[in-house]
Amino acid sequence: MNSVILIAGARLQVVLLLVFSAYMLLRGHNAPGGGFIGGLIAATGFVVYAIACGTKDARAALRFDPANIAAVGLGVALLAGIVAILWGDALFTGQWLFIGETETDKGLPLSTILVFDIGVYLVVLGAVLSIVFALEETS
Amino acid sequence: MSWYLTLPLVIPFVTAIIAFLLRNSPSGRWVSVAGSAAALVAAIALMRVVLDQGVLAGQMGQWAAPFGITLVADLLSAVMVLITAITGLAVAIYALGDIEERHEKLGYHALYQILLAGVTGAFLTGDLFNLYVWFEVMLIASFGLLVLNGDKEQIDGGVKYVALNLISTILFLTGIGLLYGMTGTLNFADLAVKVDQVENEALLTVVAMLFMVAFGVKAAVFPLFFWLPAAYHTPSFSVSAVFAGLLTKVGVYALIRMFTMIFDHDMAYTHTILLWVACFTMVTGVLGAAAQSDFRKILSFHIISQIGYMILGLALMTPLAIVGAVFYLVHHIIVKANLFLIAGIAKRLTGSTEVFQIGGLYKSNPLLAVLFLIPAFSLAGFPPLSGFWAKYIIVKATLDIEMWFVAFIALAVGLMTIYSMTKIWAEAFWKDHPDGREPALAKLPNRGVLLIPVAALAILTMVIGLMPEPFVVFAERAADQLLDPTAYINVVLGEAP
Amino acid sequence: MEQLLSVLIGVLVAASVYLMMGRNLLRFLFGLILLSNAANLTIFVAGRLTPGAPALVPEGLDAPVGDVANALPQALVLTAIVIGFGLFAFALILAVRAYRSLGTLNTDDMRVAEPKDQV
Repeated sequence: MNSVILIAGARLQVVLLLVFSAYMLLRGHNAPGGGFIGGLIAATGFVVYAIACGTKDARAALRFDPANIAAVGLGVALLAGIVAILWGDALFTGQWLFIGETETDKGLPLSTILVFDIGVYLVVLGAVLSIVFALEETS
Repeated sequence: MSWYLTLPLVIPFVTAIIAFLLRNSPSGRWVSVAGSAAALVAAIALMRVVLDQGVLAGQMGQWAAPFGITLVADLLSAVMVLITAITGLAVAIYALGDIEERHEKLGYHALYQILLAGVTGAFLTGDLFNLYVWFEVMLIASFGLLVLNGDKEQIDGGVKYVALNLISTILFLTGIGLLYGMTGTLNFADLAVKVDQVENEALLTVVAMLFMVAFGVKAAVFPLFFWLPAAYHTPSFSVSAVFAGLLTKVGVYALIRMFTMIFDHDMAYTHTILLWVACFTMVTGVLGAAAQSDFRKILSFHIISQIGYMILGLALMTPLAIVGAVFYLVHHIIVKANLFLIAGIAKRLTGSTEVFQIGGLYKSNPLLAVLFLIPAFSLAGFPPLSGFWAKYIIVKATLDIEMWFVAFIALAVGLMTIYSMTKIWAEAFWKDHPDGREPALAKLPNRGVLLIPVAALAILTMVIGLMPEPFVVFAERAADQLLDPTAYINVVLGEAP
Repeated sequence: MEQLLSVLIGVLVAASVYLMMGRNLLRFLFGLILLSNAANLTIFVAGRLTPGAPALVPEGLDAPVGDVANALPQALVLTAIVIGFGLFAFALILAVRAYRSLGTLNTDDMRVAEPKDQV
């Protein structure tokens, strides 16, 4: 599609959607959000970009092959499950690290669950973009 | 939770990821072989532990059963995982010589490993919804593999395969929902206890029938088998071998699991239906095969007729019949995968799978002829091969409870199987090639990697056939566990998280 | 509420069966989508519709307090929706490919992989 307004708007939107997707990903543990919805939002950003500027530019903006992103995401998610073994727990048992923990405050909670969510984020982003780009390019 | 349960699942996934990232390099295929070999080692380790210690269970994420996802290995699960790993390795080696580079670049090896992971997961899970998830993993990988080449025939077969499997999936899901509504649980062990407390037995039977139809489509039983012969002859030979060996058998496994452990409240109804389904499946499968002239289509219809024998074992529900079903399941996977692999070699040598258009394989390749005869005779049930014992146990089980008619059908179908195998033998191997060419095995590129798995699987068939004793004893122990799931229930529900 | 949703499930299934009986592949897929929604609703209803708070455990306790909704069916439905989404994406792409390479969406005309008619 060749529309100056859409192209200018799309560039702005990609940034906003990516930031929003990261926000959704990080708030996901105790509030609505998470890796799946975050990944979908991020994918929406690139889909908008692909509609405005074509899939070739969108692929270039993404830098990596979407299928590879999905594969790496699957690896990250799997790894988050496997590391539980290091603590002698069952597969996919959550491991927590509280940075700056005090008596009253939990500090900054980091967990393997977040790592798993990041993996899901990448899988969804990669898989959705693979499908959309493939459909766009054959039509 | 022990490594023994998780490794057979984790290994194929890791292999898939690495193989996918390396899909543009030739090392990707070796990753697949190495991963399959590692999975085989893990499966053997699991088997040893289950043999020593009995049922093994573990809770994912340390959520106690019945709330979390449970992985369980009893003898049936362990042997299915082992046989999956053996077939997986054999086909992975065969794929070295069979899969084109173009398909490797599309991610063949990754899809193949995910398929194996899905099959293994379905065998190991102890939770109904998790079984659904593994079915989907398996299904999506099989969709990809089926239409990888993208030619007209594959797309056509793929549409039918996808459509009918999606319907069965949704029926499965509906069944899960209704069963959960009635019992409040989806854990196999917990279900086995809770279904006995359900007041409305008629409703339970309705749900049982939903599951029977859903798994029946997957297992390709009469009258739900039509997708199988429409699709199994279209993909590459490696893919159809692993489909033929493993995919329908997951459906059979699920039927055996559900209709021994959980739905045993109204056997006069459910298992009578299974009995008729089994008879019709055997007969239609073998008749269908007799009408075909394509190597792979004949074999596809034989999958259906053989599934009938396994369902027959389940339907009779006597201890001996279940032994037969388990034995048959294991024997069939090896033999059927092997026959499809041989069909692939025959196609490479003669240029077609249409048996009337090829020939001369015996004259120039006696070795291949012998390798074909072993699984073919085993399939038909010749002594002393594995298929003889499998059929013998099933037929003996029918005779024991004096079902003469069913025994007659089982034996007659065995004879008809010989007819189809003889047809392949006479047309593809014995007669001369119509074009006068003499296909020579010695000139075939990659013949090593193509023949080694075929020979290995043939030897396995012979070993089971010549020394059936330990295998039958094993099948007896597995059947005991299925018919009396107390140990299974205790291990799953009693295990501390 | 359960009765109302049961009726809705029935309507969805009826509509989907009607669609799936058609010869058009696309209609069939639409029917399948409706059917899978019916299945998801079935799971949801099977978990009983209880008005209640989200099943979150307050800090320092082992179990949620008061009436909470059953979280398991929601988790199951969510998983089923995600899986269904993936499968239908594949099925739709397959339909597009089928239309391009076979030139038809009429399932009666899709006979490439079938045996030839012997006249």
